[in-house]
Amino acid sequence: MKANATKRAPRRIKTARRVAAATRYILILYVAGQSPKSVNAIANIKKICEEHLQGRYQLDVVDLYQQPQLAQGEQIIALPTLLRKLPSPLRRIIGDLSNTGRVLVGLDLRSKA
Amino acid sequence: MPKGRPTLICGGAGCGKTLLAMEFLVRGVTQFNEPGVFMAFEETAKDLTQNIASLGFDLKDLIAQKKIVVDVVFIERSEIDESGEYDLEGLFIRLGHAIDSIGAKRVVLDTVEALFAGLPNPAILRAELRRLFRWLKDKGVTAIITGERGEGMLTRQGLEEYVSDCVIVLDHRVSEQTSSRRLRVVKYRGSTHGTNEYPFLIDEDGISVLPVTSLALRHIVSSERVSTGIARLDAMLGGKGYYRGSSVLVSGTAGTGKSSIAAHFADAACRRGERVIYFSFEESPSQTLRNMRSIGIDLQPWVKKGLLLLHANRPSFAGLETHLVMKHKVINDFKPQVVILDPLNSFVIGGNEISVQSMFMRLLDFLKTKQITALFTNLTLGGSVLEETEIGISSLIDTWLVLRAIDSGGERNRGLSIRKSRGMAHSNQVREFLLTDHGVELRDVYVGASGVLTGSARLTQEAQDQALQVLRKQEIERRQLELKSKHQALEAQIVGLRAEFEVGKTESLRITGQEQAQGAQLAQGRADMALSREEDVAANNPKRGSP
Repeated sequence: MKANATKRAPRRIKTARRVAAATRYILILYVAGQSPKSVNAIANIKKICEEHLQGRYQLDVVDLYQQPQLAQGEQIIALPTLLRKLPSPLRRIIGDLSNTGRVLVGLDLRSKA
Repeated sequence: MPKGRPTLICGGAGCGKTLLAMEFLVRGVTQFNEPGVFMAFEETAKDLTQNIASLGFDLKDLIAQKKIVVDVVFIERSEIDESGEYDLEGLFIRLGHAIDSIGAKRVVLDTVEALFAGLPNPAILRAELRRLFRWLKDKGVTAIITGERGEGMLTRQGLEEYVSDCVIVLDHRVSEQTSSRRLRVVKYRGSTHGTNEYPFLIDEDGISVLPVTSLALRHIVSSERVSTGIARLDAMLGGKGYYRGSSVLVSGTAGTGKSSIAAHFADAACRRGERVIYFSFEESPSQTLRNMRSIGIDLQPWVKKGLLLLHANRPSFAGLETHLVMKHKVINDFKPQVVILDPLNSFVIGGNEISVQSMFMRLLDFLKTKQITALFTNLTLGGSVLEETEIGISSLIDTWLVLRAIDSGGERNRGLSIRKSRGMAHSNQVREFLLTDHGVELRDVYVGASGVLTGSARLTQEAQDQALQVLRKQEIERRQLELKSKHQALEAQIVGLRAEFEVGKTESLRITGQEQAQGAQLAQGRADMALSREEDVAANNPKRGSP
């Protein structure tokens, strides 16, 4: 199994890069109204998306104060939370997204190295 | 629990925290019509539903009725990345939404500490939890927070610092192979609370806690007397029997008939229409019924009528506290006037006499406050009668009957005596105690020249006595006959003497007559002679006149 994993790993990165080049990203940002963190998070994600996902992303901003029932379905505890719906697997990033590097890693736009 | 404030419940694994929390919610709905929110951080909704169903609560139904909302919070650590600052507002929103959707008054968070495993930054978490508890207070809901027992702290993450209004600790310990559950109210701001450990048990109805028995000895007692079921025994107890609401102890060595006395009492009480609980610790109910039938007491009809409840289990089945709580429950449900415990000594396992005594003291206290007449049986070991029962409850007892085995002449008989009976005059005599096929009989013992005799020795002695009686009677008759014959003899003698006397009398009369006749004749002869001699009668007269 381990041999297979190493074979697969480089393939995955390659796939990710290829995917990153081609696939559509669907991101949902959950925020809590107009709190400072929420505002920062919105600004930050917009910046990241424009920089790295130009033209192939879809960003939804959900204000949980307006739609609280959505929190349960997606298991939102911390705010702000960014969910990467596509490509799968589901990824979750909490925080106001000020650490761009971490965001990119979390979205699989950059390898951890 | 304090209304509108958070309470912390902590304890080790499997102590019953989730259960307590769930029962709090469900009873809030069913008994007080207060809807509730259950936020689960560790179990899934399905697991919860199943666990709760084991207690008889139907969670699905309550959720459908919009009385309870279950929100399962699931954090997958590997999914999460952290970037920048965040807070737990999501949790607040979810909770707020759930509370508002049904107008909940009660909230359970079980167990919040699971968040620490899921989220990366403990500092933020702590700050947010503090905020959460204040938020709950502001919302005006009564909340229960559960937490795992920590090393050296009440909870693993030290939640007790934040929830400072009320803290309850649950404990589940095993001692001498039996487990017991305790709960303790560690803190309760703004109220006086009992700080002792209280035992509780979890059964098919949920959690029952032993009520605080006030050991203040303020019972009101009645002066009514109830029959023991054995007429002779009633007579020995001042003529009327036990006091209602008193405690009776029947002690004796093995096989002396203690359970039989208990059965008589149960029978008598049921006849009066009273309810009886018979707690048995060594025999199964059917065994008890069978054994009592053999001495002519049929308890089956009372069981059928629902007046008699036979409750049997072995003491080793659970800890003492659990037993006590169980008995409280059964007594509160059945509401009897008489309670019988048979036998007490089976609780003494491995030197725990003090705990057993404490348990019985509390049970007695409970029964006295309810004015329930209690009858205990106790097996005493050893041949000699002890001055005190080995668990030392004789001083708590009002009436103490002692059954003794009397060995003599190669056989063993039973004797009953009243050791003490508070508040009434009682006989101090030992009575022979017989188990016949129509119940218990008490007979006077034979007190003879050779001491107290019972059983066949008594019968022999009685036979001997009778023989003696007969002999004596015969002796008397014989003497009487003798006397009579003597009397007759005497009479005969008298008659004879009289006859003799008569004869003598006749004879002497005759002789006297003869002599008189002779005398008369002589006198006549002299007179005639005088006449014939023509004496001077006048001249002779003075001579005659002078002598």
